[in-house]
Parts: sequence; C-alpha cells; structure tokens
Amino acid sequence: MKIINCPLNGPRNISEFVHGGEVRQMPDPNNCSDQQWAEYVFYSDNTIGVITEWWLHAPSGYWFIAQRHTGSDEILKTYDPSEQFNQRVEFTINTKEATV
Amino acid sequence: MPFSLLKYGLNNDYPFEKNADLPLPSQLKSSYDVVIIGGGGHGIATAYYLAKYHGITNVAVLEKGYLGGGNTARNTAVIRSNYLTSEGVKFYSESVKLFKELSNEFDFNIMYSQRGQLTLAHTDAAIRGFRQRAEINKHFGGKTELIDPQQIKELVPMLNMNPADMPVLAGLWHMDGATARHDAVAWGYAKGATSRGVELHQLTEVTDVIVENGKATGVNTNRGKISCGSVIQAVSGHSSLVAAMAGFKMPITTYPLQAMVTQPVKPFLNPLVSSPALHCYVQQTGRGELVFGGGSDPYPLYSTRSTMDLKESLLAHAVELFPFMANMRLMRQWAGLTDMTSDYSPIMGLSPVDNYYLDAGWGTWGFKATPICGQKMAELVANGGKVPELIKPFAMDRFNSFRQVNEMGATAASH
Repeated sequence: MKIINCPLNGPRNISEFVHGGEVRQMPDPNNCSDQQWAEYVFYSDNTIGVITEWWLHAPSGYWFIAQRHTGSDEILKTYDPSEQFNQRVEFTINTKEATV
Repeated sequence: MPFSLLKYGLNNDYPFEKNADLPLPSQLKSSYDVVIIGGGGHGIATAYYLAKYHGITNVAVLEKGYLGGGNTARNTAVIRSNYLTSEGVKFYSESVKLFKELSNEFDFNIMYSQRGQLTLAHTDAAIRGFRQRAEINKHFGGKTELIDPQQIKELVPMLNMNPADMPVLAGLWHMDGATARHDAVAWGYAKGATSRGVELHQLTEVTDVIVENGKATGVNTNRGKISCGSVIQAVSGHSSLVAAMAGFKMPITTYPLQAMVTQPVKPFLNPLVSSPALHCYVQQTGRGELVFGGGSDPYPLYSTRSTMDLKESLLAHAVELFPFMANMRLMRQWAGLTDMTSDYSPIMGLSPVDNYYLDAGWGTWGFKATPICGQKMAELVANGGKVPELIKPFAMDRFNSFRQVNEMGATAASH
C-alpha cells in the first residue's frame, strides 16, 4: 500500500486520500474570456515530470499540496497550503450577470 | 513424426519469410504523403482505409514499439454501442457493423464473438438512465432493452442477485455486445494495409513534429527526418506528449487502468457482465479465462504499474457478483494508459496546427471504435481536412465552445 505523508496527520494509507488536481492560477471569472476559462478548466500540460497538486485527506477533511512525479509516482514533498496561499481567495460572483 | 517436423523446419521452403503476412522492414523514405504516428489498431486502420478507399498508399505508419503493442493489446476487447448521447450511439453503432464483417474483409480471423452485454442497475436512478439508453439505442437501430431480474437470472444463472447488499433491480441488455481478439484486429489491418503498399515502420519513434508557419510539414524520428503532406497522431496514452511536440495542449488527463485475468475454467458465462455501481466488468474469453476490468486509477500517472489496492477492490466486487470465483487464481495482471477527456468522449478531427489531425482522447472506449475511427480519419485526411459528419461532434474545439458530448454515465464502469 502506498503511503502519503499528510502534513497534518502524518504518514497515512493512500486510500484515505482524494486527488484534487493540479495547483493552477484561476483566471478572474468575471473578466476572463471564454477561451481563457476553457483553457483553465479543461486543458493541461499532462506531462511526465514533477507536478504540484492538491490532495484531500478525506477522514479529516484537510486539503494540502503535494509535489509528485507523474512518471515514477514518487511523492517528493507535501506541505500545508498556507506556504503558498497566504491570503484569502475570494470567489465573488458578478451579481448583475448572475441574476440575468 | 518428429523427423518430418525437423525436416520441415530446416527446409528452404519453410514458409515463415516467404509467406509472411507482413513485409520485412524497409528503409525510411525521405517523404510520404501521409505520416501516421502510432502503429496501434487506430493508426493502422486509418492507413488501411486510406489505401483501400482513397488510393493513398504513400503512407508511413511509425510505431515506437511493435505493431499493436500498446493499448491495442491492453484493453479488455469489448465491442458495444449502448452509449448515452445520440452522437455517441450513432458513432459506435457504425463501428459494431464494421466489426461484424472484419474477418471476411481481412480473410483473417479476428475471433469476433457476439455474446451480448449486460449492465446491471442497483438503483432506481440507474434504471432511469438505462431506459433512456435503451430508447436512444433502439432509435438508431441498435438492439438494446431493459430487462427484469428474472430475465437476468435466465441469462446469467451464476450471478449473485444481491451483490454487496445492492440488489440487482434491472439490466440493460445490449444484444450487439461482442468481443474479438484485439491483436488480430491490428494484424488484419496491417496485413491489408501493407499489401496495398503502406509502409509500417516499427521501432521508429517520432521525436519531434516539424511545424512551419502553423502547418505540419514533417516529423523527426530516431531514424531520421521525414517530410510529409499531413500527419495523423493516433497514440492512445501519449496524446498530450505527442501534441506537445506539435506545440499545443490537449484537454486530456492520463490515468492508468488495471485489468486482470484468471486461470481458465469451463464455459459458464456467455454475456459480458458489467456493474457500474461496483466498478467492475467481467467476461469469459474463448479460452475460459475470466477477464476483469474496472475504472481508471484514482489519480493521474504515466505508469503501467499494478497496485494491491486496485486488485483488492476490483476482485472483492467481482467475487460479490460471482461468489464461486473466490477460490480461483489470477494468472496475469496488467495496466494500460487511458487518455481521459472530461466528457468521456474521444477527440477526432482538426488540431490548431494545419495538416495535423487528431485521433486522441480514447480513454476506456478506444478498441471498440477502431474500424469506424480508422475509416473516418482516412476520409478526413483524404478530403484535405473536411470533417466527416459522423465525427464532427468530437472535435477538440468543443471544449472551447463548451459543447461537450457527455458520455460519463455510459462507460462500462463508472470512474
């Protein structure tokens, strides 16, 4: 069984974790073009190499970030998201557009 | 008897070389009309139809390994067309029709065996979905219907009707469901294509795609540079990596899919049985082995390694369906790479680069589309990029205009 070192709970079985996709910059949904949004939600490099991605430790509901090699499946590093995200990300909706 | 065998083996007429189905490897030419990257079922089928229907024989199929050695040999050889969307059903129905005639067409037995495919519903929601699929299938001429538990028992007497405390409530019975020998499909196409003049180059890896002014003009390989009129990429499991050589991204994420096979037993299971709720499908091969497959792995990876977790979960569910299998031994286990799109439909057609055509995003539904995809990709290339009506909905561009073809509910095992 593969083990992931959870920054909060220590080494745990991989079956306790849920993959959350690559960490990527979200374009501003109110101002970006459809093309930019499609690029963000669908397209990816999908390459062989080290990628930075979200993982969830499901039993404790804790999201963290891992660096993993997509060829060897080696998990090089796991860390708390506060290392990368030091301020709150707002998901505001353009209310004018939403009510139309 | 042994002496005559020895004599036969040492005889100059030993038929191996002279009557080989595939010609011996030749030198790469410096230029071809069409270069196809990937010598699997799809690539070689496209070459076959280019030569057969469009008279285009100056074609090179470049394969980094050997013919049909990638995902063509790793799928679980299921042929069916009971999908959910009208676009999908129309497309896969054409494929089933072509599969039925392939052995005759090739004069080579692909061991096509029509057994019917049974998908199990364990919830009311699944029954509603099945009803819709049955109606769509019938509308497009398929033979699919909703059947009740009594009919299921008659079709598959050994099935546990209450697997994992999830009673079987109904089934989607798809009479067109079939299986065939996947290697033989690639071999049959290769024989037909090479006898018409197509060149198949194995151990020839494309290392770069040459793009000039937004137009593909050739490829670099480990055996030198080739210039060409158009390029088709047909590399399941490596679509994003090859597309990156041509300079664009694809809406694809690559996951491994693991499958396994048991020791052979007496024939007891005629239909192909699948349970999306249990993430499991089972079929018995002509040799008596049971083949199991499930969903793709839970996270992306370019590796065909196997994991204990998947074996445990997949086999636990398989044993729930057929409890007597608990004592059987596994013989082999393997994995393939599935290029998953977010709508569970393939990508066929044009790319952002001119003269560069896509046959990609084949996730877990590639083998069953081999003949029709080859035929339509050939038509696309022969007509200089005019996309055939049947594959128009599957353009990569659908992701930019948010017009996905959602087949998520219709994959054999939900992912």
